[in-house]
Amino acid sequence: MKTMKKLLPWIVIVIAAAGCSPVNSNGTKPADSSSNGNLKVVYIAKSSGNPYFTQIENGFKKAASQMGFEYSSQSPATADATSQLEIIKGQIQRGVDVIAISPNSPDALDQVLDEARRKGIVVICVDDDLVGNETHRDAAVLPCDVTVVGDSQIDLMGKLMNYTGDFAILSATTDAPNQNAWIAEMKKQLALPKFANMHLVTTVYGDDESQKSATETEALIAKYPHLGGILSPTSVGLAAAAQVLDDEGVYPGGDHASKSGIQLTGLSTPNQMKKPLEKGVVSSFQLWDPADSGYLAGCLGVLIKEKKVTITTGASVAVPGGNPTKVEDKGVLFTGPMLTFDKSNISKYNF
Amino acid sequence: MGGGDLKRDYIPGILALLALAFFSRLSPHFLDWHFLVTNSTVYMEEGLLALAMTFVIIAGQIDLSVASMMGLVACLTAKLISGGANLFLAILFAVVFGILLGTFNGVLVSKLKLPSFLVTLGTLATYRGLCQAILGPTSVALPSTFIGIDKVGIGGIPDPVILFIVLAIGSSLLLRRTVLGRWVIATGANESAARYSGIPVDRVTILTFAGAGLMAGIGALLMISRLGVAHYDLASGLELDVITVVVVGGTSIAGGQGSIVGTVLSLLLIDVIKTGMDVANIKIEYQLTVVGMLLILAVLTMNGADFYTNLRKNVSLRQVTTEEPQL
Repeated sequence: MKTMKKLLPWIVIVIAAAGCSPVNSNGTKPADSSSNGNLKVVYIAKSSGNPYFTQIENGFKKAASQMGFEYSSQSPATADATSQLEIIKGQIQRGVDVIAISPNSPDALDQVLDEARRKGIVVICVDDDLVGNETHRDAAVLPCDVTVVGDSQIDLMGKLMNYTGDFAILSATTDAPNQNAWIAEMKKQLALPKFANMHLVTTVYGDDESQKSATETEALIAKYPHLGGILSPTSVGLAAAAQVLDDEGVYPGGDHASKSGIQLTGLSTPNQMKKPLEKGVVSSFQLWDPADSGYLAGCLGVLIKEKKVTITTGASVAVPGGNPTKVEDKGVLFTGPMLTFDKSNISKYNF
Repeated sequence: MGGGDLKRDYIPGILALLALAFFSRLSPHFLDWHFLVTNSTVYMEEGLLALAMTFVIIAGQIDLSVASMMGLVACLTAKLISGGANLFLAILFAVVFGILLGTFNGVLVSKLKLPSFLVTLGTLATYRGLCQAILGPTSVALPSTFIGIDKVGIGGIPDPVILFIVLAIGSSLLLRRTVLGRWVIATGANESAARYSGIPVDRVTILTFAGAGLMAGIGALLMISRLGVAHYDLASGLELDVITVVVVGGTSIAGGQGSIVGTVLSLLLIDVIKTGMDVANIKIEYQLTVVGMLLILAVLTMNGADFYTNLRKNVSLRQVTTEEPQL
């Protein structure tokens, strides 16, 4: 009896384990396709509770209603390298047809994504790619191409300054690849005749730190008394510069503005710039619309699954209600165009 | 020591069965033996750490650095292997280095008489900091020969699961059938009493921490083989999941009481619940809430079970006293 009592817990383990086994024998294999015949698409964000990803989800929801697929989403509590792994395994077992993911790691998910693709699931990266491991996904949908960002930003700066005067660029770090590519594109545009009267005096780097960006902005104002514009294609830089222009009152219409004041613009999310925009320190700025990425990825996933599209460089992907998108190298598709925020539309966005 | 613990052991096992029934109702995709077994490889590293943590907690201590140790061993071993080191030597290194990291904790706790909570809170940060110092933001990829231990197995059961079961049985025997096991329990139940009865309390404490290091070393190998890469934040935050498993398994956080069987059943329970919620596509915020409530529920039921047992003991004691002849 005593040994029996000691063995009992182990027996519980065995029964618990055996409790799962009859499934295979009675033949009720999990259904491979969804109940109503619609394709199942899941989007896995980097982490929960970030409005940027909620906006991506809005795009997926729109795609779901246009293309008629079953949409659901899931996200890990933290954004560490492997936090999405268990979610992906669960989704594979759920029998989804498309996994769209904003990956937290460019390589830690390779094994499980391969597992998904072996089961015929289409894997699409959204907003961020598996850099260097592109063979582990079918395609990637990334926000606006370098040329689109660079051209739109310099155009907006020009428009704000009436295409005349001196301006400066406030960037992040000297080796940030995105920043440098955008700035190179802007400089290329500046050679065009319409920018003939605009002069880029300098490019300074705030290292994506508020304090350093603010100091650099103060130095710009002191050093270039005729400065007509500051372009900051980074949200940290733009917010810091807006604060400095506000404090010193040198924005257009500010107390200490010389002539027309300094026009400030750049890249940021609407939520970060609501206050300076309302006060008039900044009159407009830009960002890609994350919903565009969600919409394109949702449509693309279904089209690939239905074999209506094959991902080859140079191919063209047509989605309902949008211009055809070209497939770039390594199966990357860029969304477009840029979204310009000003007083008239900012209240419509929340991310 | 056996009888009273038995009820505590049952509770997570029964809950696991209920959870199995519940989730197979909730989702048609859940009850699939092959899926459940292969998916459980994700939880085996947590399980190995929980085995060792059971000893540490029974001995009256806590080790918050287990996940950081596993991360550090993983980073260094991956770096060695990708640098072309001999595979056998790299595996040996992982195990020995893990034991060293754990021993360091144990020595600080027992020889310097520092509270284990503070010592391991310190090494949690130190070891993780070293991970980041060594690897930086980049990750190290492992050669394909080393990848995929979770994809091979015997009779459809993946190797990490088999390894865990073997080590769990070994740990249970070690705790229940050996002098060392008795010493661990005695140390946690009453340290000074144990010291006065001649038990080498310091050595026992160091051994439990070294055991945690050993399991972190083995877990690190399983983890990098499963993922194919090492990154500085691997397993970050896992220590809390490990402690949850041990406590839900009925091990007393005050020390002196607990069992490996309880820990194994508790791991099974948490594995079933987390997997079930993933398959049923339940949002992460609700998942966290459920696991948190489970912890509180487990502690409550076990306290209730203890209260009931004590009540019965007291009643029978009283009966014995009343039966004594009056003077």
